[in-house]
Amino acid sequence: MNLIFENIIFLSSEIILVLTAVVLLMVGAFKKKNNAKIVVYFSFIVLILLSIMEMLVPWSSVTIFNNSIIQNGYTRFVKIMIYFSSSFAIILSSRWLMKYDDKAFEYPILILFSVLGMSLMVSANDLITLYLAIELQSLPLYVLASFKRNNTESSEAGVKYFVLGALSSSLFLFGASIVYGFSSSVEFGEIYQSLQASEINTALIIGLVFVLSGLIFKISAVPFHMWTPDVYQGSATPVTAFFATAPKLAALCMLINILFGPLSGMSDSWYQIIFFVSMASIALGTFSAIRQTNIKRLLAYSSIAHMGFALIGLLSFPNLDGIQSLLLYMLIYLVTTLGVFSCIISLEITEGESITKIDDFSGISKNYPFTAFTMAMFMFSYAGIPPLGGFFAKYLIFRSAIDNGLIFLSVFGLVLSVVGAFYYIRIVKLMYFDEPKTIVKKSFSKGLSFTNTICLIFIISFIFIITIAPITELTETAAISLAN
Amino acid sequence: MENWNLLSIITFLPLVGVLFILLIPQSSDESSKRNSKSVALWTSLITFLISLLLLIGFDKTDPSFQFVEKIILGNGLMTYQLGIDGFSLIFVILTTFLMPFCILISWDSIKDRVESYMIAFLVLETLIIGTFCSLDIILFYLFFESVLIPMFIIIGVWGGQRKVYSAFKFFLYTLLGSILMLAAIIYLYINTGSTEIEVINDRLNIGLSTQNILWLAFFSSFAVKLPMWPVHTWLPDAHVEAPTAGSVILAAILLKMGGYGFLRFSLPFFPDASLYFAPLIFILSIVAIIYTSLVAFVQTDMKKLIAYSSIAHMGFVTLGIFTFNSQGIQGAVFQMFSHGLISAALFMCIGIVYDRLHTRLIADYGGLVSHMPNFAVFFMLFTMANIALPGTSGFIGEFLIIIATFKVSMLAAILAASGVILSAVYGLFLYKNIIFGQITNEAIEVLKDLNNREKLVLIPLAFFVIFFGLYPSPVINLISSSSENLVDILNLYFNDKLSLELKN
Repeated sequence: MNLIFENIIFLSSEIILVLTAVVLLMVGAFKKKNNAKIVVYFSFIVLILLSIMEMLVPWSSVTIFNNSIIQNGYTRFVKIMIYFSSSFAIILSSRWLMKYDDKAFEYPILILFSVLGMSLMVSANDLITLYLAIELQSLPLYVLASFKRNNTESSEAGVKYFVLGALSSSLFLFGASIVYGFSSSVEFGEIYQSLQASEINTALIIGLVFVLSGLIFKISAVPFHMWTPDVYQGSATPVTAFFATAPKLAALCMLINILFGPLSGMSDSWYQIIFFVSMASIALGTFSAIRQTNIKRLLAYSSIAHMGFALIGLLSFPNLDGIQSLLLYMLIYLVTTLGVFSCIISLEITEGESITKIDDFSGISKNYPFTAFTMAMFMFSYAGIPPLGGFFAKYLIFRSAIDNGLIFLSVFGLVLSVVGAFYYIRIVKLMYFDEPKTIVKKSFSKGLSFTNTICLIFIISFIFIITIAPITELTETAAISLAN
Repeated sequence: MENWNLLSIITFLPLVGVLFILLIPQSSDESSKRNSKSVALWTSLITFLISLLLLIGFDKTDPSFQFVEKIILGNGLMTYQLGIDGFSLIFVILTTFLMPFCILISWDSIKDRVESYMIAFLVLETLIIGTFCSLDIILFYLFFESVLIPMFIIIGVWGGQRKVYSAFKFFLYTLLGSILMLAAIIYLYINTGSTEIEVINDRLNIGLSTQNILWLAFFSSFAVKLPMWPVHTWLPDAHVEAPTAGSVILAAILLKMGGYGFLRFSLPFFPDASLYFAPLIFILSIVAIIYTSLVAFVQTDMKKLIAYSSIAHMGFVTLGIFTFNSQGIQGAVFQMFSHGLISAALFMCIGIVYDRLHTRLIADYGGLVSHMPNFAVFFMLFTMANIALPGTSGFIGEFLIIIATFKVSMLAAILAASGVILSAVYGLFLYKNIIFGQITNEAIEVLKDLNNREKLVLIPLAFFVIFFGLYPSPVINLISSSSENLVDILNLYFNDKLSLELKN
């Protein structure tokens, strides 16, 4: 009894998540009036409190439940980011949800369950827990993608996401079973040891490739990126904001967990794969985004490119400075993305429908100077122009890359980031240089302007570089604890 | 005065002005526009006055960095370190001096979104001063690159007809150039473990082949910025489409960031590579001087003509820097300084007539002298300064550079000197066609001469162009110890190499 209690205390944030979700489900079901509002704000507050809690608890390293769950500085740091970004994703959608319909209260609950899955994904220390966590994270996402039930595009996005997501899960499962077959264990530590002891043969490499395929699908990197633009476009914009942030981060961190943990003995094999995936994602994401006319498709391709940049951090293996840079990169990417979506959602064509076409941004600086200014800052940050946060993200990731001898990849990435700058500043151009074309209304909600301002302050506060010191310290602590 | 944090104050004072402009209540009437203009003007004037304190406190005989401020920020990412030597001081003063004129010259010509315009200029001032003062290479890059954002907005929002094309070209060209420099900066950091310029200077120890690659990476950034011949094509577009004050800032200050970069980074960091690539620079500079002068001659657009002439003058600058002797380097800095004054004045002159006639085509003008005699006098003076007539500041720089080039290469000097003649050809051509001749355009008949505000802008510039033409030593004295120091460092390297070769 005592033993279980000692274990459970380390899962307290996950347990709070489950309890909150269940209680809120009850509230939503039994309280007929205003239920969505309560559920939205309550889940927002719970997620914020959880992230603060994760910040305050000691970041010591423990494994619990027979080594199936691990908690350390790295998982804590990633969870803080996941909770924070999901809470903002919920608050972003508040106005849209109130307008939407009476089933709106399900939306934050689905997000909570998905966040629970992500949280377990990051902490998973064996293949079975990992697979269950992935599924727990993905299933609510499929529902969220088709949340606009009477919209065909949204349903299409949901079905597409579900079919492809299921395929990728099965790929992962198949690969995992091969890995299990060779190491005769599902636990990460034992897999690592048995791979160290034995020769690496072709069948094992096939297993690795399948595992990687499943994971790369989740972070939507090339060559498993095709679902991203369609799902982004079809889903409601607040849902897209969620897709673009926390799930990406969780999947990426899970990838790090596996590659730096059990499969680190096969680094020769996965190194090449990640190298290719990173380069191809940067190239494809960058060049495909140029011709997009839909803002969400553009952001989808840009997220593919950003994943490519972030993956460069993995290539510093076995050094951990790349992981540190990657964590900072993802932090800045999350904040910028949430900021961008808060701008997009706050601009509406009709009641409750945010703008979709890039041309709709034309001339908004005339009527909504603050929104235009924040959007411009986020775009410059995406493009990596100093003194905004995006520059530091890019600088650190390429610093670790050059430090580890990846000069060709760095120059390749840097040059393509100039190409990427083109489509980001095109949006700035539309907002500032062009005359208004379509009538765009601005929707006001506390949640939107709150997110907008917080993200803006965060991105710009990098001017006062002071903030970067504690954050790099955190990422450093997190990255180092990965090694233990 | 060391403890006053004078450099930080000068750098960030314009941002205080931005804050005041933001506090002005937004209203559609003229008063808020006028207030924001006044705030911007006063901020830039106060910045200029405070920057004069630098001149007073600056020790001309000391080649090391002065007014140094240093704050170490966490985790060795970068340090906040400012400081100036002779080279920086010249450009800081030039920037703070020209900024009030930029705001005055756009007083009436900018009617749309005045507040944003003033904010953009004040932000730009902060970034430019920061670039010239940074003693940390990442801090330098931050300022250097951030300039793109306000400049992109200035060209794109208040520019001419092809503003979008020009703004994009400007942005992407310069970004591509400097992104390679970022890679080289990261390499320097990894090699030396520090981002401070002085520490890098001490610790840097790399072979010639690596030096060459890093030199090329820095070169790609500075050559685009300066601009040098094959990568100059963004400049005419950006100049033509930018509003007058934007062109002034571009020509007078932003281009100098390239030359400053060569002096601050390329030469002291990579002396061997600089020596190795000097012939290349010579060829590019000569081509720039002769080719762009010829191109300038066939332009039909006044602003484009001046833009091409700027490229030719920047050719002299690179020529001077890469002679590696103190005359050449002093000449190059002086040339940049005087070109800052002259090109600023020329673009302002063009802006003045453009505000009246709204055309930049040379063919639309002619016979201005009879209706704008004062303008004709000023324009004459600046045209003569542009073609380096003795007695104007333009002459000193080019003369020093040509003398220095003679010491290195007779052929290069002769070709460069021919550039002076070519500049006279297009300069006089422009002057003749605008000021003299028959009046073909009816609109010219009703033109008014310079008003007081315009005179207020042109008179100080004219004064300094002549003053430094007759008495250049104040500027030369400021930079002499820094340039001697740089040449000493270079000679040390070159002699080492020679002695090594002799030993072997």
